[in-house]
Amino acid sequence: MAARGMAMIRVNGDPIEWHEGMTVRDVLVARNYKFPLIIVTVNSHLVRREAYDTTVVPDESSVRVVHLMSGG
Amino acid sequence: MAEDYTKRTEYTGEAAQMKAAHVLLREVPFTPSLPELGYNNRTLHIDLTTLTVTEKPVTQQMKDIFIGGRGFGLWYLWQAIKPTTKWNDPENDIIISPGPLGGNTQYPGSGKSLVVTLSPQTSIPIDSNVGGYFGPLMKFSGFDALEIQGKAEQDVIVVIDGQKGVVRIETAPLEPSDSHVAAEIFTAEYAETEADRRNVSIVSAGRAAENSLIGCLNFSWYDLRRKATRLKQAGRGGIGTVLRDKKVKALVCRGPQVRGDMNHPADMARITKVATKLHKEIHDFDDQQCHMRRQGTAHLVEIMDAYDLLPVHNFQYGNHPDTKKIASWIWDARFTQGIPDGCWYGCSMACSKGADGHIVKTGPYKGHVVTVDGPEYETAGGCAANCGIFEPDWLLESNFYCDTYGICTITFGTLTAFIMECYQRGILNKERTGGLEMTWGNAEAQMELLHQMARGEGFGKIAGLGVLRMKRIFTERGWGDPQLLQDIGMEIKGLEYSQYMSKESLAQQGGYALTNKGPQHDEAWLIFMDMVNKQIPTFEAKAEALYYFPLFRTWFGLNGLCKLPWNDIEPEDNAQTSEPAKVPDHVYNYCELFSGITGREIQKQDIITMSEKVYNFQRVFNIRMGKGLRLHDTPPYRSVGPVTREEYESRAERYDTQMREEIGVNPDGLSVDEKIAITRRYREDRYQKLVDAVYTRRGWTTDGVPPVSKLQELGIDFPELVEVVKQHGG
Ligand code: SF4
Repeated sequence: MAARGMAMIRVNGDPIEWHEGMTVRDVLVARNYKFPLIIVTVNSHLVRREAYDTTVVPDESSVRVVHLMSGG
Repeated sequence: MAEDYTKRTEYTGEAAQMKAAHVLLREVPFTPSLPELGYNNRTLHIDLTTLTVTEKPVTQQMKDIFIGGRGFGLWYLWQAIKPTTKWNDPENDIIISPGPLGGNTQYPGSGKSLVVTLSPQTSIPIDSNVGGYFGPLMKFSGFDALEIQGKAEQDVIVVIDGQKGVVRIETAPLEPSDSHVAAEIFTAEYAETEADRRNVSIVSAGRAAENSLIGCLNFSWYDLRRKATRLKQAGRGGIGTVLRDKKVKALVCRGPQVRGDMNHPADMARITKVATKLHKEIHDFDDQQCHMRRQGTAHLVEIMDAYDLLPVHNFQYGNHPDTKKIASWIWDARFTQGIPDGCWYGCSMACSKGADGHIVKTGPYKGHVVTVDGPEYETAGGCAANCGIFEPDWLLESNFYCDTYGICTITFGTLTAFIMECYQRGILNKERTGGLEMTWGNAEAQMELLHQMARGEGFGKIAGLGVLRMKRIFTERGWGDPQLLQDIGMEIKGLEYSQYMSKESLAQQGGYALTNKGPQHDEAWLIFMDMVNKQIPTFEAKAEALYYFPLFRTWFGLNGLCKLPWNDIEPEDNAQTSEPAKVPDHVYNYCELFSGITGREIQKQDIITMSEKVYNFQRVFNIRMGKGLRLHDTPPYRSVGPVTREEYESRAERYDTQMREEIGVNPDGLSVDEKIAITRRYREDRYQKLVDAVYTRRGWTTDGVPPVSKLQELGIDFPELVEVVKQHGG
């Protein structure tokens, strides 16, 4: 877990380390979120699938990655 | 991919002689009919003891309350049996019903049959949802349901010929019972031309179904491109065992040639509109989303591994470095591509993939070239990962033999994993297994266990009784600590777990344990909502999900629908909707489909109300049969938390964090055993709080009984149900 004072964002409520230029794709990779049916919001703004590589996540953001059900 | 996907061993050479050996025991004519607004309004009842064939009316009350499919099955089963009935008593009934929407060729996923019987494993009703053509062809011959009661004296087949309008019961002494052979031979025997093979579907169960309690049914359909008889399974709960106990070798339905309007829907344009929309979504988005058309549900293998949810070594762990060997890209390459693999007409999701050209390595079919139907995710999770066997060819081998022997792959996977863990812990050894070295990853031992099960011999005979009975037998013989056996034996109500790790999702622990039939994920799969998304953090929120989703999903089984096109494909704007997890646009489609076929207008809330009647009926049925109370909704601890030191230590950071942050105990300086005990007390207590919340939301008593007032609210306060719940404080 990141040390106190480091730049952080929250992903589904959990703190993760942030770095300059971090994209939505970087967040998904950092969390090992491989599932295809997901909905991503950054600070409540929806990010479309095509924009995961280009959307930059600001420091202290709250990112939600909602996984739909599938399988099961 | 096989070089020539039509190449396989053929079994029809002696079909004519085999058919000539049949003796006609009974022949009864009927008037073929097509449904009106999705219903024929009659059921075919067969008593094999008396060899009687009768028609029963489907009443308006049945349609209003039970809808069809699983609802009809439960209703007929209630009438057929007594609280004292055992699964192998003649009065036990097998009911097959496709539901009012079943058989439409417009909307993807509309060809399912629902099968209900009294389970040999659980002693309560089991229901299973299965593809293949039997249910729809039977419906288009003239029947909304088929009931099979009684027991024949010798092996028989029941033939429903909807082209000629005749039902026949015939002896069938020579055909093998193993399904890949039986389905091919019976299809050849009863189709009058090559083109007619598509109009024939066979229900069968192989020789392991005869010698175990875990038999499944195979429903066939004829694959024109492959020129092969393909199989789908009604897997759970031992229905195949009941079929073979009744001495039914096969049910044969020869229906009319299928057309798109055979349900005589109220408003075809309405159906076509929503169906066209869904076909387009599948066409446009499946390649970016779940790849169902190329990989089927096997696309989930590495995903479940990535989320620590793939059951490994009897649900001890959630991932494994070798998962890549059985991952989706392996199946993408191994499945024959470019063939529409729909298990009913019009299903463009086409996920019933087949691996052609498998050369059988072991057993009676060694050297034969076969098409393996699958593997699907659950088979990969159970027969491979859970047993530590990460070899694609061995997975095809176990998949093939489970199917043809008539064994549920989910059950076989979970019970073999249990045996392997018992072997690991010295509860079993080579002497106790009769020489089988049941070590993790030993594929040959796994196959030998399966062959023994099929022959009804050796340790395989014990294994075929399932995990619940194995626990009892091992305990009686003084093998292992009974508490440990209880903790690691992954069954509830006598049914083995399906293949998801639920340890880190409290909602999914409920999703498995608070089910009617036992721990099958088809009631509620909530792991992502709960564990990953953290969308349902409170007991009340979890209880709401455990109210809504089991009821929503029950509705598929009332109507003859497949669940997959609901949420394995997502509309483009789903993310912008208020409740994306429910896929609101597809819920709208289902309302349109139901209203458009039956002419009975429904809104989304009606889906829940319809299901709630049947769901509560089934709960009361369980109570009537001696299960269905709070006590019976208790999971083994393995599904709730870490049982062993290795398990705790493998995820120590996760458990220590929970101890610190949620339990309020500092783990530093505590022994692993102390930490396991503290975690267990916390998690078991949390599970009980969940049960309280769910029962409250479902309107049940604290003992899990639907009270009389609930039955009245639902309009199912029949005297015999009221009597049952009153006896249990309801
Ligand atoms: S989605 Fe798959 S399992 Fe469901 S009906 Fe279509 S082909 Fe069959």
